[in-house]
Amino acid sequence: MADLSIDFCGIKSPNPFWLASAPPTNSGHQIHKAFEAGWGGAVWKTIGAPVLNVSNRYGTVKYNGQIIGLNNVELISDRPLEINLREIAQIKKLWSDRAVIVSAMVESTRGAWKNIIEQIEDTGADGIELNYGCPHGMSERGMGAAVGQVPEYCEQITSWVTEFSSLPVIVKLTPNVTDITFPARAAVAGGANALSLINTINSIVGVNLDTFELSPNIGGKGGHGGYAGPAVKPIALHLLSQVALVQEVSRAKMPISGMGGIMNWKDAAEFLLLGASSLQVCTAAMLYGYRVVEDMIDGLSNWLDEKGIGSVNEIIGASLPRISDFGDFDLGFKTVARINQDSCIQCDLCYIACNDTEHQCIDLYRDGELVAAGHDARDNGKHKAISSRPFPVIRESDCVGCDLCHNVCPVQGCIEMVQVPSGREGTTWRQLSSERPEVTQDWDAMKAYRAEIGLDIH
Amino acid sequence: MALNPSTLEPQVLRQNFHEILPALTSREAVIEATRCLFCYDAPCTHACPTHIDIPRFIKKISTQNNLGAAKTILESNFLGSTCARVCPVEELCEGACVLGSDHKPIEIGRLQRYATDHVMDKKIDVFKAGKPTAKKVAVIGAGPAGLSCAAELAKLGHTVTIFEKKPLAGGLSTYGIVVFREPVEVSLAEVEMVKRLGVTIKNNVTVGTDISFDELNSSYEAVFLGTGLGNVPNLEIPGENLEGVVDGIEFITQTKTDDLSSIKVGQKVAVIGAGNTAIDAATIARRLGAHVTMIYRRTKTEMTAYDFEYDFAKLEGIEYRFLTAPVSIKGSIFVEGLECQTMQLGAPDASGRPRPEPIPNSNFTLECDMVIKAIGQEKQTNLASQLGLTLEKGYIVVNHQNQTSNPRVYAGGDCVRLKGDASTVMAVQDGKIAAKSIHSSLEGGN
Repeated sequence: MADLSIDFCGIKSPNPFWLASAPPTNSGHQIHKAFEAGWGGAVWKTIGAPVLNVSNRYGTVKYNGQIIGLNNVELISDRPLEINLREIAQIKKLWSDRAVIVSAMVESTRGAWKNIIEQIEDTGADGIELNYGCPHGMSERGMGAAVGQVPEYCEQITSWVTEFSSLPVIVKLTPNVTDITFPARAAVAGGANALSLINTINSIVGVNLDTFELSPNIGGKGGHGGYAGPAVKPIALHLLSQVALVQEVSRAKMPISGMGGIMNWKDAAEFLLLGASSLQVCTAAMLYGYRVVEDMIDGLSNWLDEKGIGSVNEIIGASLPRISDFGDFDLGFKTVARINQDSCIQCDLCYIACNDTEHQCIDLYRDGELVAAGHDARDNGKHKAISSRPFPVIRESDCVGCDLCHNVCPVQGCIEMVQVPSGREGTTWRQLSSERPEVTQDWDAMKAYRAEIGLDIH
Repeated sequence: MALNPSTLEPQVLRQNFHEILPALTSREAVIEATRCLFCYDAPCTHACPTHIDIPRFIKKISTQNNLGAAKTILESNFLGSTCARVCPVEELCEGACVLGSDHKPIEIGRLQRYATDHVMDKKIDVFKAGKPTAKKVAVIGAGPAGLSCAAELAKLGHTVTIFEKKPLAGGLSTYGIVVFREPVEVSLAEVEMVKRLGVTIKNNVTVGTDISFDELNSSYEAVFLGTGLGNVPNLEIPGENLEGVVDGIEFITQTKTDDLSSIKVGQKVAVIGAGNTAIDAATIARRLGAHVTMIYRRTKTEMTAYDFEYDFAKLEGIEYRFLTAPVSIKGSIFVEGLECQTMQLGAPDASGRPRPEPIPNSNFTLECDMVIKAIGQEKQTNLASQLGLTLEKGYIVVNHQNQTSNPRVYAGGDCVRLKGDASTVMAVQDGKIAAKSIHSSLEGGN
């Protein structure tokens, strides 16, 4: 079995799966249960400033009957500070091999941060996470996202904390910014030992079509909350890779704890490949309980074994070198779609997707003859319907290799994107812009260039 | 012994005759609907004789636009509620589903029922009568073909009168489909829907007897015949008149219209035939508490019943006796037994199926006290002959527009079904096509 243990800026954990700072880590009782279920670590639900919560805190987005997005307006821990501190100490004593990290958020003063840091240090916890991301309730009070959205504040508070703390300090970043690399750099400048991201995304998840109320409905009112769950994973992966590639971060080899929609081991592996060295999970546990970690560990381990990779640490950031941008993509790279008629179920979704929204390069054929859609009013019965069903066929000369058909096909492996010689030299937009700027600026020059390289777009 | 009503408790009987498949809950419907791939130019739609845009209505169910879903169905098939229950979906839409090969096909029939129940239960009319054209059309027979034709014509603004010889409209949906597949209320609700479009239905009127065809011909611009088929023919064997020999369709009718506790049934019932009616009659007798044996002179392969019907009856506990033909019904007043002989299959006959040939000295007597005849239905050629319509093997000959040899007379449903499976959905399509043809001929006359 592959070695799943990690050392995250000195915080050791038997596996990379930590519960994120959220309702699942609200108490010692809960975290004890979570560790029994196998979680490698837990980030204690944010402690600090006093708060009061409201009723109806969650809203969801469902697709095909399954929850794909969870939004909340719950605040940081509403349990008295001393109870949290006492339980943190108890848990750490009971579970010395697990990572216990304390998330904190207090008023933005030096004194308040000094005070909370000292109290956390006394618990014996392994690390501190600074919650610069909470998008609701706390941000209006100058905390959470209000800090994370202003790089100067982010740097200032981080430097206070690192001054007082002997523990590793993780700065948790908010996605609710125009460019996440700014607060990331500020955290590095403030002396952070690690980063974590993403916190939840500002969202309104829905409006009730009977009552016109918002979801969640809080006594007739509602507002933005923090969005999480599978729907946010692509955003999280993007921001993770962006931060991982910030020079200050990569040069300092600063570890990143990745989160945002990790529902299973496959999601986890993707976060690892894009530079996360520990993983935080909340929504999966909130929807199904702590038991979800079992398959996360098992699946990740089996996958690593299958790949012949001995340790989870070997894959961290393995896909990062592939992150590029449009200007550097090879314009000479060409693929075309090929449909395997043996596995095609003739739903013809590729046909309609291509014909309505792409390049009209899939045709319908029956017994070698091009046919139009439709049927005779007198036809009926499954035999006639099945035997007269046309197959979609790619007209390769016109296929631009957009990949839409491959994506809409419901049968795995039925449509394949095959690399074909484009007959063009490999080049990039960036190269073209510097070597033949007129081509990138003028349509006539572009037309001439296309004629020259034999590229015809109908 | 005389036949007696079922000895089963009324509560058990009610349970036995309750609609077999439960209605889908809205949660089930949405989950099933989201499983649909939304195929382009979908094969299920091709396979449906009325060409309901199935992926479209299923998509609407998935967005909880149930009214829109029902309208999509009823636009193509005014009797979508009946068809949702009685269609042989395995041979039609569901049989053509692209998920059928390596998954489970979408439960199209049940989804259609879910959508149409929505408007039926709430008595929502999704169509209005068209702007009056002052053209009058007579429809003879209030079965699925007639109702479909009448509804489509009413939607186009024509004035339609249906003449029906029975006390209730709906044809086989009302009288001849087992109640646990289609409760009579469903059929009658469709009839009401047709009436609400302004169609007049005259029950207990036999054309040719109570009203002459000439009279119709002079007061209506066009006539549609949806007269269906008649009773089960005689077996032409001795003992046919004994008490306890019943017509399969009439037996089914009793379960649709009578109190279940009053229906007389034998303890040991022999059903002769292997078609849809035979299966229905057999399963009814079984659910009334009888031991049932089906007698068929060919084999399972040649049965005209659908595979799913065979399986259903088998699961119900019905015994099949293949390669067995009735020779005579034993008894003095009441049925006491059925003398049969064993058959073997010979060369193909005119129907293309192997001819059953008796094996000499193979006679035996099957113990039974009731014999149900279900060997097909007689053609009703009276009216058609009176009108001088061209017939073939007793069926009315129609062209692709469902027009008969008399240009003002159209026909559809089982009475024209010389080829293909006689079914409700085919009848609905006939009515629809005929309505379209009648409409264009009436418009052309303007």
